[in-house]
Amino acid sequence: MNDMAISERLLPLQLNDVSFRHRNQTLLQDINLQLGVSGRTVLLGPNGAGKSLLMRLCHGLLDPTSGTVRWALDNRSWADIRQRQAMVFQRPVLLRRSALANIRHALALHGVKRSERNTLAMAALDRFGLASLSARPARVLSGGEQQRLALARAWALQPEILFLDEPTSALDPAAVKAVEDAVAAFQALGTRIVMSTHDMGQARRMADDVVFLLRGRVHEHAPASTFFESPQTPEAAAFIRGELIW
Amino acid sequence: MSGSGSFEQALNLIFSFDPALMEIIALSLRVSLTAVVIAAVLALPVGAAIALFRFPGRGALVTVLNALMGLPPVVAGLMVYLLLSRAGPLGSLGLLFTPTAMVVAQTLLVFPIVAALSRQVVEDLWEEYREQLQSLGCNRLRAIPTLLWDARFSLITGVLAGFGRASAEVGAVLIVGGNIDGVTRMMTTAIALETSKGNLPLALGLGMVLLLLVAIINAAAYQMGESAKRRLG
Repeated sequence: MNDMAISERLLPLQLNDVSFRHRNQTLLQDINLQLGVSGRTVLLGPNGAGKSLLMRLCHGLLDPTSGTVRWALDNRSWADIRQRQAMVFQRPVLLRRSALANIRHALALHGVKRSERNTLAMAALDRFGLASLSARPARVLSGGEQQRLALARAWALQPEILFLDEPTSALDPAAVKAVEDAVAAFQALGTRIVMSTHDMGQARRMADDVVFLLRGRVHEHAPASTFFESPQTPEAAAFIRGELIW
Repeated sequence: MSGSGSFEQALNLIFSFDPALMEIIALSLRVSLTAVVIAAVLALPVGAAIALFRFPGRGALVTVLNALMGLPPVVAGLMVYLLLSRAGPLGSLGLLFTPTAMVVAQTLLVFPIVAALSRQVVEDLWEEYREQLQSLGCNRLRAIPTLLWDARFSLITGVLAGFGRASAEVGAVLIVGGNIDGVTRMMTTAIALETSKGNLPLALGLGMVLLLLVAIINAAAYQMGESAKRRLG
């Protein structure tokens, strides 16, 4: 994507028989999932279904207890594969430095030359309407600005895939709109999007396909239109109607 | 000699910038500040590394480090004395009874304080930053400078505590420095000596200067930390 000449693609991502156990509790099991080269996948499911966990396993923040998480570029080093991904968390974690320095730091970790960092970081801030706040300490920005800064930081890294873990759950409607626009901008550049949400309207607006998780398993994985119009399981149908299921 | 008389004479000594007094103050500051700088440069990354890495004996190391915060200065002095005395392993360097020996002894006292605090602060910050930093491709070694920089205002407190310990202790510098007039006489050793000689004005003057210096440095650091906290959130 972008101007990076990538001869080999990171995607698709293939999860085979993935399970994750923690303190004798099985939190995810029998996950078989393929994420194709493009599009927006939305993870849905009640609290505790394993949405965040699944994303962390995909991103490599956690290792599966059993099974495999395999990228198309599996022959590459861990660091190389990591550099082609980015993740935006529910609560953005920003360093105790200026907005600009936060992005510069991420660029430094990605091996971008010192002389180029400032320009790239400013461009990313500008893209998300944060240029005037570049010198502001990141942690005194408003919640919406902080999330936009987290997106700008991801933008500067030009990832092939972007994970978003409930990126709008703590934001007001205007900030939600800004995040959704940002995600659309990423997708326009060809970035693969994987996000989780509790907002059914957002899921309808954004999903190309839906992975519906329930009790640590993939209960349904279908194109968005199929999932919302004619869910295959009574649990999914109940969830879409907004009923409590667990 | 009455107490209040001593007090007036002490003020006179201070405000006349008595050369002997000034020399003692300068040496004290030079030795303690050097020791604190050396200890901080070594202890901050060591503390951060202990916070980030898991290795056999880590728990024991943390316990030892915490215990060494209470290392009695005379014991630290004795250890450095044995190391630097003529018959000791580093005796050939001829450092015993020099300011350098005092710097070494005080560094030994300050190191555990800064390292233990650095470990605690960095461990907490790593808990907060870990997922984000790992997501950005940051390994634990590379995280050390990031975390130390982001914890800078908390760490200053630890470095200050170290300076407080260095500037206040008598035992270590007395043993390895010898309290030689004009060579290794520090504020604390001079206070001990002058008090025992009955020269209370000088002892009192030195005591007041010592208190004042520690207060000024702490006030400056506190202000710096507070304003930074307000600015950086």
